[in-house]
Amino acid sequence: MLQTLPAAAATDEAPPRPILQLVGVRKVFGGFAAVEGIDLDVREGEFLTIVGPSGSGKTTLLRMLAGMDQPSEGNITLRGELINDMPPNKRPTCLVFQSLALFPHKSVGENIAFALKVKGVDAATRKKRALELMRIVRLPDNYHDKNVMKCSGGERQRVALARAFAYDPEVLFFDEPLSALDYKLKKALEKELKDLHRETGKTFIYITHSLEEAMVMSDRIGVMRAGKLVQVGTPEEIYGAPVDRFVSEFVGEVNTLKMKRAGAEWHGVDVPGTFTLSPPKDGASLDEAFVVIRPEYMRFLAPGERADNQLTGTVYNEYSLGSRIQYQIRVGEKVMLAELSRARALAPGASAEVTIGWDAADAFTLGS
Amino acid sequence: MADIALARASKMAPETARELRHARRLSVGARCALPVAVLLAIGFLAPMVAILAYSFATPRSFDVFRSFTLENFASLFDPTNTVWLSFAWSVGFALFTVAILAVIAYPIAYGLNAVFGRWAGFVSVLFVFPLFVSENVRLYGWVLFFIKNGVLDGTLKWLGFSGGPEVLYTPGVTLFGMAYTYLPFMLFPMTLGLALVPRDLVDAARDLGAGRLFIWREIELPLAMPGILIGMLLTFVLAVGATAEAKILGGQSIIVISHDIEIAFTYSQNWPLGSALAVVVSVFIAALTLVALSKLDLDRMLGRR
Repeated sequence: MLQTLPAAAATDEAPPRPILQLVGVRKVFGGFAAVEGIDLDVREGEFLTIVGPSGSGKTTLLRMLAGMDQPSEGNITLRGELINDMPPNKRPTCLVFQSLALFPHKSVGENIAFALKVKGVDAATRKKRALELMRIVRLPDNYHDKNVMKCSGGERQRVALARAFAYDPEVLFFDEPLSALDYKLKKALEKELKDLHRETGKTFIYITHSLEEAMVMSDRIGVMRAGKLVQVGTPEEIYGAPVDRFVSEFVGEVNTLKMKRAGAEWHGVDVPGTFTLSPPKDGASLDEAFVVIRPEYMRFLAPGERADNQLTGTVYNEYSLGSRIQYQIRVGEKVMLAELSRARALAPGASAEVTIGWDAADAFTLGS
Repeated sequence: MADIALARASKMAPETARELRHARRLSVGARCALPVAVLLAIGFLAPMVAILAYSFATPRSFDVFRSFTLENFASLFDPTNTVWLSFAWSVGFALFTVAILAVIAYPIAYGLNAVFGRWAGFVSVLFVFPLFVSENVRLYGWVLFFIKNGVLDGTLKWLGFSGGPEVLYTPGVTLFGMAYTYLPFMLFPMTLGLALVPRDLVDAARDLGAGRLFIWREIELPLAMPGILIGMLLTFVLAVGATAEAKILGGQSIIVISHDIEIAFTYSQNWPLGSALAVVVSVFIAALTLVALSKLDLDRMLGRR
């Protein structure tokens, strides 16, 4: 889904050295560990997204990386230099806030050139650089003197981005800056952000609770849960080989079935029957396992058609997903999800009893 | 409004009478505001009209509404009249009070916001509690504190020192009294003004490399300006009209303009002169306030425009 571009691939001969390194980073707030022992290497120039539900500690992690909080334990190093206690104004990193934190009393140009004013750059040079950056983020030149609060949501995003670029940081952090925008604008800005990442070659670390957002933009994704980094990998790895049920369920809607081993056979706990399971990824031998099947791999079986595993149930509800239709199928007490393309949709009023099935290779077997 | 109603009514003949009645009737909002409007007209506007009328009456008379003369104003602007000195004292001391309070209240407001966060505004209201005690009583309290053999002087003597400084009944202690009296009026708007500075903006500025002083100058001060300026304006307007501090603490070592007005109305029994003085002072303060408010574009400062 997300291939590296040929141009970028050519420069990637050696594995890039980590620009930012986290070793055993912990953050405790009055006895509660918001971030619990994180080890992470951030590669130079990558687009890394940290994703997790609210309260998973991702914002705390970001605040430590940006220097607004200090880790209780562990080390954060930037190009080999320990930066645990380096204040944000000394760090070559910049954060794009969730609120954007634009200066309401300053114009678009003044907002963008703020970092340059701090450095004592003269007014003419500041304006020149601000206009350059405005072109990069696709803001028209005549916005230079416009009041920033008069800009639309999308334009403000661009101002915030340009303001961060003006600081010329080595690493850019993003704290869910797109969360307040409507769907269409969000999609457009996700693409733009990815383009900007490629054009500027900077290291981006992005925080979001939306895995969809992460999938579209990132080179790598880290999934956080309860202060721990559960899995780090490419979008394909996260989607195709989740390490546990949490990751698999976070990535999208899934069917999860609990299984128990009886000798060489696996018996269903929630649904009756014997099932064929793919071996677990880590090769562990389990007595109890969870089978995770994505709805798009769940097939409707015509009479005579076969799959490794089969279930019979009744169609109980259906939802249009646009080009596909999702069916809720009741199998005993359990509700399973299966999808069909609109062209192949079940005829309305057709026999409510259906047989669904999946092949062992299309499902994950997880220990937890 | 009535034209529109008429035009509409002529189009819809059957409802003409009802619509017309509707158009003539006051809106709900106007009817609700009526009692307050009447009260303001009687309690606020009427005395002003009376003062204005008196200022044009024959001097040393009560011929209000029956005589018209500019004599009162002429005598005020007569070069031999020294009333301008009182005026200068009032304006000068008011300016001093504003300057002193700005310097004192800013750190307090800053600290309140830093310590109490969103409750800072409420805590600064606690500073208003002394206002429940009459100003004169509080000022006499200070007299007891500063007076010879009073709290300060007596305690120092008891401790074996040579006694406190003789500050009572001097212009300096008048200024002290004014700063003391008007502190809450500066502190409250200032605290609210400082609370308007979002934490995120300070963090963002710091993240973009700015140091403390730069952030203060470029972000915190401009964004808190509406509150600071309103506090200054409020304090100034109140301080120009102050009289008790100069009388009680200052022992009339200086005469302020409000005192002159009071004398004209009481000892001199010259209401027209006192009224003329009051009108001149009011016009001066009103003009100053309007100029300041027109320069002070709150919407722009808060980034709403």
